[in-house]
Amino acid sequence: MKALLPRLYLVAIFTFVFAPIVTSMVFSFNSDRFPTVPLGGFTLHWYETAFARPEVWTAFGNSALVALSAAALSTALGFATAYTDFRYNFRWKPAYLALALLPPTVPLVIMGLAMLAWLGRLGLSGTLPGIVIAHTVMGAPFAMAICRLRLSQMDPSLEAAAWNLGASPMRAMRVVVLPFCMPALISAFCLTAAVSFDEFVVAWFVSGLNKTVPVMILEILQGNVDPQINAIGTVVFVTSMTLVIAAQLIILRKTSR
Amino acid sequence: MKDRTTAHALIWRLPLLIWQGLFFVGPLLLMVAMSFWLVKNYRMTPDFIFDNWERMLTRGYFWDAYRVTLWRATLAAVLASLIAFPASFALAFKLSETARRWALFFLVVPFFTSYLVRVYAWQVLLAESGPINAVLGWVGLGPFTMLNSGVGAMVGYLTLVLPLVVILQTFSLAAIDRNLIEAAWNLGASPRRTLLRVILPSAKVGLIVGAVFAFILAFGDFVSPFYLGGSKPPTLSILIIDTTKSGQQWPRAAVVAVMMIGTLFAVAFAAVGAAYGRRK
Repeated sequence: MKALLPRLYLVAIFTFVFAPIVTSMVFSFNSDRFPTVPLGGFTLHWYETAFARPEVWTAFGNSALVALSAAALSTALGFATAYTDFRYNFRWKPAYLALALLPPTVPLVIMGLAMLAWLGRLGLSGTLPGIVIAHTVMGAPFAMAICRLRLSQMDPSLEAAAWNLGASPMRAMRVVVLPFCMPALISAFCLTAAVSFDEFVVAWFVSGLNKTVPVMILEILQGNVDPQINAIGTVVFVTSMTLVIAAQLIILRKTSR
Repeated sequence: MKDRTTAHALIWRLPLLIWQGLFFVGPLLLMVAMSFWLVKNYRMTPDFIFDNWERMLTRGYFWDAYRVTLWRATLAAVLASLIAFPASFALAFKLSETARRWALFFLVVPFFTSYLVRVYAWQVLLAESGPINAVLGWVGLGPFTMLNSGVGAMVGYLTLVLPLVVILQTFSLAAIDRNLIEAAWNLGASPRRTLLRVILPSAKVGLIVGAVFAFILAFGDFVSPFYLGGSKPPTLSILIIDTTKSGQQWPRAAVVAVMMIGTLFAVAFAAVGAAYGRRK
């Protein structure tokens, strides 16, 4: 068994990575208020108390609205940029692509501060559109990467053929390119929605009174030990994972054809 | 396609330029400008003075925070790279294609779980009376104080960066031409020598990119140092938050932010130089 040691090491790494995720799920069903081992009994109490609070529902509503809007904008922006990179060459293209892909390298705290100051000037700080704008900036590079990968699987002459057959560029886009990219568009939408649904640093700076779910978690965390966090966190996890797995399945099914 | 700017081209090219100009470059430039603004009676007025810079850069606490942040981010990058490497190696060379794909999928999962909730879970796990100390207690060890220390913060940083580093390393290792490795074997190189002279140089770019991403993420993170590291001493990101949330001291926070961006640029450039520079 020569491969035993590497396998054990992998198990250790995955244990480290998944320990906090599993812990929070397990303790969300644990009846003791203070988390200790051995565990107390099974309970749904923390879910009930968490979701009995109206502000939790408001936060989920805000998060859903922000995530869907930011995902739609990110996907549109990401696709337009990916198509530009795929189809055209121009003088400042490297700078253009750097501009498109740079946002994820800026620390979130700095994005938060810059956005707070900027959106304040525009009168958008403390509003949901403000959060949507920030999340779109952060999500667009991911959407672009996904769309670009899909476009690179397309034969460039396909579109040219449509043009030669008399289709206008817009019609060729609608009939040829967009249908081909549909799986990428859907999965980019799901992934950017998941990114927005989990983002809390910039949202915390910008949100004011309109809190999203992660911002609310952050504020509960600043108080005391509260197993409601585990319950809310588990619901967020299941939501995000549903989006991610949906994205994954769509990509696998559609691109394998 | 030739370089011919048609209306159709512009329709697809301009949205990003407009959007990033308005909501990415604009905010960052404003922040840089703001670091020169005047704050008087809790009100900011646009100006061009160096008061904020002087105020921050002559204070010992700023440089303490700078040192702590730089040191911790470096340590996190080094530790993450070292801990990840055997795992990436196993993933790239010891597992089947299917197993590797599943492993990578499971490494992506953490990106979509709330980092906050994971840090909270570590707070529970690492606590003095928590599960880890309970298990250690059964074998007669501890209890250890892990929270509110550098150890706690490091656990948090690794939670944040380890999956990404493993993924990047695995990709670069899996991309190595197997013939190269076999050639080294056939020519009588020992496993150690093969690793040092063939595998590591071939995967250099991926390894460096992984370390740089770990550095960037740990450098900017405020959750782990705050909730697991006890925020004493504060890191630069905690300093930004404290300064921003205390009245209208945004210009001073902007000074810290500009210093952070400068540091990240320097590190990124040095890394690109190391990754693509002189090859033996």
